[in-house]
Amino acid sequence: MRRIKISQPVLIVIIVGILFAIIPVCLKNLPTKDYYLHIIILILLYAYLSSAWNILGGYAGQHSLGNALYLGAGAYTSTYLFVKFNITPWIGLVFASAFCALLGWVIGYICFRYGLKGGYFALVTIALAEAAVYLITNIKQLGGAMGLEVKWLGNKPLLMQFDGKVGYYYIVLVLAVFVLFLLTWLDRSRFGYSLVAVRENETAAEALGVNSMRVKILANVISAILTGIGGVFFAQYFTYIHPRLVFGEGPSVQILLFSIIGGLGTIWGGALGSLILIPIAEIARAQLGGAFAGAPLLFYGSILMVVMLFMPNGFLGLLQSFYRKYISHEKSVYTVRPRER
Amino acid sequence: MDITFSLPLLLQSVVSGVFLGGVFALIATGLTLIWGVMKIINFAHGEFLMVGLYLVYFLVTKLGINPYLTIPINFIFLFLIGALIFRVNIQPVLKDPVMNQILLTVGLMLVLQNLALLFFSATPLTYDNIYNRITYSIGPIVFPLANVLAFIGSLIVILLLGLFLNRTDTGRAIRAASQNSEAATLMGIDVSRTYLIAFGIGSGCVGIAASLMITFYYVSPTVGGFLGLIAFIIVVLGGMGNIAGALIGGLIIGLGETVGAALLPGSFSRLLTFLIFIFVLLFRPEGILRRGE
Repeated sequence: MRRIKISQPVLIVIIVGILFAIIPVCLKNLPTKDYYLHIIILILLYAYLSSAWNILGGYAGQHSLGNALYLGAGAYTSTYLFVKFNITPWIGLVFASAFCALLGWVIGYICFRYGLKGGYFALVTIALAEAAVYLITNIKQLGGAMGLEVKWLGNKPLLMQFDGKVGYYYIVLVLAVFVLFLLTWLDRSRFGYSLVAVRENETAAEALGVNSMRVKILANVISAILTGIGGVFFAQYFTYIHPRLVFGEGPSVQILLFSIIGGLGTIWGGALGSLILIPIAEIARAQLGGAFAGAPLLFYGSILMVVMLFMPNGFLGLLQSFYRKYISHEKSVYTVRPRER
Repeated sequence: MDITFSLPLLLQSVVSGVFLGGVFALIATGLTLIWGVMKIINFAHGEFLMVGLYLVYFLVTKLGINPYLTIPINFIFLFLIGALIFRVNIQPVLKDPVMNQILLTVGLMLVLQNLALLFFSATPLTYDNIYNRITYSIGPIVFPLANVLAFIGSLIVILLLGLFLNRTDTGRAIRAASQNSEAATLMGIDVSRTYLIAFGIGSGCVGIAASLMITFYYVSPTVGGFLGLIAFIIVVLGGMGNIAGALIGGLIIGLGETVGAALLPGSFSRLLTFLIFIFVLLFRPEGILRRGE
């Protein structure tokens, strides 16, 4: 008889998932529960999006500065199908995934075929997302600069529309838990090791038989599909999308921010980053909100600068070196961050 | 898609494009200097321009200084800001991976943008002035004095910068440090001081650009976002560190903006600009001027 072995990271994901699953039940009688649920939904959504980015940016070391491209592509695909053809977002999700997979493959193929690296890859991805803003702005069928609105048709789970926040909460929780499972698998899989090998030294990885172009494209496709699914949820939850909102620099930066600050190329980096930062940013928004709309971005910008200057390995890297220095006394054998130069 | 076409409109847009392109080139020159010398991709470059524009705006509206007289003030101010930011933020990460540097400047960009939003609100400001109202015309083509002055001013500054880099000791030191910083150190050049000066001058360029632009452009917290991206496109077109390339790239993008806007509906010309950028990055990352290896 085979015993089912559950590894430690998987167990942690399960426990955290269960803890988050009972939060809405605990908050049930609180009058301000919608506000708290909204913040946790944001935490889970960005934990999900950022972890999806971490596969490409952290594990494969290809820092896309324009992952909002896939967020927007997913959001626009499902919303367009919903608004124009009354196709439920649950089916729209399939189309959005397929479209983002194609987009991710084409972009990955072109970029990696021509050997774009580091800063140049970042510039191309940011330019693609920016080009998408102007493309969608000029397409009348997609609402142009005004964007698209998701019609409210009442509490219809079959149309991914819920009264209150709890329905959305469980959808995004499932997404977040799923991506964390994916990362625990990736972290110890052949594919994951290939990505890290390519990140650390592409020539050496090639010499060991890793098809670097194939694994990088695959990482881009996976990241694109996951981000696109996030986009479908984004549109359903916020019920309104416009080009700057989903393709702009704001979402692009937020998607990568949490992984970078939490820990690049780690299972928990994105989740930890969004868990720590989003509540602070939301409190800042609530305090300054009316007077100052830019509070969260000002906070994210400052924290990004501070982290890059003083702790370039993120929170997890800091914890890790602290642990090694004072508790286990072992020498640091590997760096979390890729070395490019 | 209906494309309207008329010759006077086209000629008008060519002239406007050349004038606009000159200023774009000046902004990009600052960026290409920083990028070429210390290989830092400064995403906050457009935001430096935004800071410069706000400064000029307040100098001309509150103190009533002639916009063209603010050029030296603005150059010095932006030089100092650039030098300060270099010392505090950029120098510590010079040896770090490229992405850390990029993310640091992205953080700086967000901070400057949102501080401006906090202090000045999102409403765009424009400066009503005489230079924009005096116009000259050749046949059907009309152009305001402000654009002519901005174009000539930009060309002079780019020329002076080229002379500075080629004819002075400091300029030669900057070029030496950009080619091989270790060899430059061995030749007795203080590389970190040279970097500081190059970063300061690169930032100072957008200060001058701001003084030249205030007469016909608007000021808003997000103005740097678009102009910064335009500067990136020009730098990549011209080849990083290549000042002549920045001038040609600036003219191409300036023409693309205005001619494209005259020929294509909506903001399709913007889309075209970004597509050109992506193609150049993919197929000629060394820029359009240089021959491949």
